[in-house]
Amino acid sequence: MAKLNIVLALILIASALSVVTSQHKARSLFVALENEQEMARQLEVKWGQLQLEQSTLAMHGRIEKIARIKLDMKVPTASRVQIVTSKHPADGIDSDSVSKP
Amino acid sequence: MTPRSASNITLSAWRSRVLLGLLLLGFFGLVGRAAYLQGMKNDFLQQEGASRYSRIVETNERRGMITDRRGEVLAISTPVASVCADPRKMEASKEQLENLAILLKMDITEIQARIADKRRGFVYLKRRVLPEAAESVAKMRVPGVFLRNEFQRFYPTKEMAAHVLGLTDIDDRGQEGVEREWQEKLASELGKRRVIRDRKGRIVEDVEKIRAARQGQDLVLSLDSGIQYLAHSGLKEAVEKNQAKAGSIVVLDAQTGEVLGLSNLPVYNPNRRTTINNANIRNRALIDTFEPGSTLKPFAVAVAMEVGQVNPDTVVQTAPGTFRVGRATIRDVQDKGELTVAQIIQESSNVGTAKIALSLPAQTLWEMLSRSGFGMPAGIGFPGEARGELRPYNTWRPIEQATMSYGHGISASLLQLARGYTLFTTGGELKPVSLLKQNSPTMGQQVISRATALAMSNMLELATQPGGTAPLAQVNGYRVAGKTGTAHKLINGSYASDRYISSFIGYAPASNPRLIIAVMLDEPSAGQYFGGAVAAPVFSKVMTGALRMLNVPHDAPANNIAPFSAIPEVKIEGSML
Repeated sequence: MAKLNIVLALILIASALSVVTSQHKARSLFVALENEQEMARQLEVKWGQLQLEQSTLAMHGRIEKIARIKLDMKVPTASRVQIVTSKHPADGIDSDSVSKP
Repeated sequence: MTPRSASNITLSAWRSRVLLGLLLLGFFGLVGRAAYLQGMKNDFLQQEGASRYSRIVETNERRGMITDRRGEVLAISTPVASVCADPRKMEASKEQLENLAILLKMDITEIQARIADKRRGFVYLKRRVLPEAAESVAKMRVPGVFLRNEFQRFYPTKEMAAHVLGLTDIDDRGQEGVEREWQEKLASELGKRRVIRDRKGRIVEDVEKIRAARQGQDLVLSLDSGIQYLAHSGLKEAVEKNQAKAGSIVVLDAQTGEVLGLSNLPVYNPNRRTTINNANIRNRALIDTFEPGSTLKPFAVAVAMEVGQVNPDTVVQTAPGTFRVGRATIRDVQDKGELTVAQIIQESSNVGTAKIALSLPAQTLWEMLSRSGFGMPAGIGFPGEARGELRPYNTWRPIEQATMSYGHGISASLLQLARGYTLFTTGGELKPVSLLKQNSPTMGQQVISRATALAMSNMLELATQPGGTAPLAQVNGYRVAGKTGTAHKLINGSYASDRYISSFIGYAPASNPRLIIAVMLDEPSAGQYFGGAVAAPVFSKVMTGALRMLNVPHDAPANNIAPFSAIPEVKIEGSML
């Protein structure tokens, strides 16, 4: 009887210690998870800011201004555009309407 | 001392009883206290205990983005910090307050006033500060002062799409436009959860979710930011050039009814709320109605063709350029003599249209206009969308029936008119208009037969050719169809002789329409006021750019523009060689 009690006591201690360690592990993993989630949030914030920056830089008005003034570009008139038709009958157009520069 | 001597001592019986009594009293005292704490004050004590390690954490999610049909950002929320204080706990030295005032760019007395009421647990010191300032405030570690993460809405396209997008208020609730209409979808929900924190303040365990956080859903509009830009800048140029009081432009996809561009002037910059006033916040294309004038003629003539009353070659006598109906007289700009129905549309004859309209029963005309979407909201789902005026046919007098056929005595918003023209671009179907991107073809309602729609389309094409009212609407390389409108403005119930609303509604390429563009200028006052001179060039400019952007194949020789175009073209070629 006494032997059994000792064995049970040892098992009890072992299980108590494992509860403590697993709880500790769970918590540290949870902290890691929290950190990653925080990181994800921050990256998303960053992404939002970059999107905002991109759309500000890519504003059509800004692009047009730079193209016209800085780069001296022009929109080609329709008569200077050559349209290449595809062989596919569905989206091909009459070759007469293709203009030549 | 010996045990013996001890046993000899006799104790009085009452002393042991007193001792027992005291011990029992102490025992019952403890039991009572324990029962009191366990039973009566249990909740309070547990709460106190929990507050030592558990916290409620709020998670703030961002409001949904609004993008155009190609995913370009039109509205986005970025996090900013607001500086808050708990006056009950706040302890700040004079020096700290001064530093705070400098960081927040506030007056020190203002800060003191905000935290004066010591009973309040929460006040904002300043909302939406710059990230650097927020960081400095956090570093000061003033007890009772903390940061709260919030979001600020940005509109990178500024005023370009302001009327469509609308606005949010400081608490991120939609106030106008898309932001208001789709508030529920865009709005995020604040999440709350209870957590356990360790000594270092790290969250080590999630106890319960009190409320799930929800990020606002993103919204994809039907707008095409490229076309929107072209439309807005084209309109702006024309409003300035013609010194117009206001102007609107609507670009629709001719096959699906999706709104690809919509702009009004005057407009405000949604990133600067102080620029907003009653005049520039109006989304005129949707909520203001006007008497459309001649742009309505195609509907009246189409119904006459539909019931077989006329065909494009029927000849109508419009001489002498005036036509008396009852006591009123309808006038043309000049006497045009005998005109075919096609020429009536091409040259926009009021007399001709009125004669055709009067040959129809009022009910037939009313039904046609009603089924074309007049007198009811266009159904785009916008706050304050106009229905326009289309009075019941049994109250019409003949003169009203006649004037209505050329767009007076009836009113509509620019969007309603643009939508009506889907009849002629889809072979007779009235398409629903939508501000959200449609992923499948939209179902329309057949209003007129395909043959009538095609015949009308051919007549509308004549209007943009030499001899028509709108040669300036031409687009090099494409067949264009459309109709001008120049209406006297109705002011206090009578027509002003010198104030006009000039408009043009058209579509291209006529062989397989892709875009409908409707332009309206309110009170152009730089000399020109005919729709063909004021509004048609805007149409041409925007259409040229938009068709190029969409890679629409030409359906006409590229040098078909106006009579003189061939000569300068050759010169340009020569200089290039």
